[in-house]
Amino acid sequence: MTTHIFAYIEHHEGLADDSSLELVNAARKIDPQAQVTALVFGSGDSLDPLCQEAAKTYTEVWKVDKQELAYPNAEIIRGLLINLLPKDGICLVPHDTFGMDLAPGLSIKLNSSFVADVVDIEGADGDTLKTVRQEFGGQVSTHVNCNIAQGAVLTVRTGSFPADESKSASGRVTDKSDAAESVEARRTFQEVLEAEMGEVDISKEDILVSVGRGIGEEENIEIAQELAEAMGGVVSCSRPIVDAKWMEKSRQVGTSGQTVKPKVYLALGISGSFQHMGGVKGNPFIVAVNTNPKAPIFQAAEVGIVEDLTDFIPELTEKIKEL
Amino acid sequence: MEILVCIKRVPDTAENEIEINSAGNDIERDDLVYSVNEWDNYAVEEAIQLRDKVGGSVTVITVGDEESEEVLRREMAMGADKGILLTDEAFENSDGRGVAAILKAAIDQGRYDLILTGAQADEGAAQTGGMLAAMLEYPYASLVNEIEVLDDKTLKIGREIEGGKQEVSSIGLPCVLSIQTGINEPRYVGIRGIRKVASVDIPELGLSELGLSADQVGEAGSRVKRVDYFVPETGEGAEILEGDTEEVAAKLIEMLKARGGIK
Repeated sequence: MTTHIFAYIEHHEGLADDSSLELVNAARKIDPQAQVTALVFGSGDSLDPLCQEAAKTYTEVWKVDKQELAYPNAEIIRGLLINLLPKDGICLVPHDTFGMDLAPGLSIKLNSSFVADVVDIEGADGDTLKTVRQEFGGQVSTHVNCNIAQGAVLTVRTGSFPADESKSASGRVTDKSDAAESVEARRTFQEVLEAEMGEVDISKEDILVSVGRGIGEEENIEIAQELAEAMGGVVSCSRPIVDAKWMEKSRQVGTSGQTVKPKVYLALGISGSFQHMGGVKGNPFIVAVNTNPKAPIFQAAEVGIVEDLTDFIPELTEKIKEL
Repeated sequence: MEILVCIKRVPDTAENEIEINSAGNDIERDDLVYSVNEWDNYAVEEAIQLRDKVGGSVTVITVGDEESEEVLRREMAMGADKGILLTDEAFENSDGRGVAAILKAAIDQGRYDLILTGAQADEGAAQTGGMLAAMLEYPYASLVNEIEVLDDKTLKIGREIEGGKQEVSSIGLPCVLSIQTGINEPRYVGIRGIRKVASVDIPELGLSELGLSADQVGEAGSRVKRVDYFVPETGEGAEILEGDTEEVAAKLIEMLKARGGIK
């Protein structure tokens, strides 16, 4: 069996996203012999260099250059893909805010199967593609079989497949702009608003004491603040704390918040979802304190403590102050 | 504005440790605490606030078993006007496409200007809203964290994108939006509120009422099937510090000192 696999290349400000090097390896796990085509959509002068770059990783690159692609509006791109992709192909898209916008509807329009947030692929057996994904915020994994007889759309978790850095493909770029017929979109992009900056820039701090849902109550944030002060660091947090309006958005670590590069990261009551850990870079010394020993954070952390925060943290703070 | 919010009853991960059963085909469900999916609760709050601003009604709908009625009532206690339960043995083990097809069939029987879902639920697939929009031929936006009504035909919406940025667009009605947490502060629902709606009739619709055939939904209609649950073999994971609180704190301090964690 040879499968025609497509990889959607995301790019920002003329640079391809890291996922562009990972999707090719995801495709190889579906079928090592697969013909993998990179889809590079956009507009303007930066598009050709992007296609040349993609051709170092992919043997085929399909370029679609249209004015309306100056900003990646998923509604417009979905329409173009429906006109361009063969019905029985497999289309790989990064599982991020763009992929989530594009992919589920694309699978319906192509009448193909859909698997979201794939973290591993165990190959294809006839029409059955064996994928691995996670549920319940990463607490358990599942094998998911997907029928690919009528094609499939998969979103792939960033960082789950190794990047292909070989740059050895010497691929061919084909202009498909005319073949991809534009459709009318009823969603019109206006602008991107930058994140608000707070008084503290957590992305520049070496020591972060980060609090999550397990902190329980708003008043308990104070004990984290006292610990951070004693350590000489600052307090950051995970998403539920911002959702509850207990801390400002500028303090949030994660893909939808700030990317931080501390030396030491203390995760207090944080379960450790991939969205949160996606914002922790630079290989810090991670300490997790959580009452749930099954929390995914204990896989990411070097040191774990299974204790109640409100007992443990004040004790730790006192001892540090005594130093 | 007639607003429909699609909700789901899920195990509450804040309240439970999720464990796999001995057969490996499901999670241990016996002692689980269930609640409405967190994202859906924000979606319902948003719908209620929109209705209170521009008029109209809010209907909550779910695909599930008889027990899912409790989450419909909970969201009606918050302020939703109507509830609809889509339930049938034939719906069990539907994949994402199946669930969207069931919802579409129910939506075709009504008239809604705006359809909201949570951005994702317990399975983390974030797929229902996008699939439903494609089936309905409506425009779609995911991860919406702001909605402003411009006129009867147009909304201004914000989507949460990477790095804490917000993507602003306009979108035509009718449309489907998936709602991100943090868009509002969902109101508290007390026992008294739930008692008030305890006797409100909630219509139940099954396969035949929705005009669906058994091969479109459930196990039979699924092209995507969960085979098992498992705990992946990962690295060693964290070194768990043992001892009483004082000992653990002392050990941790030594480690922190060595790694530059105390200035």
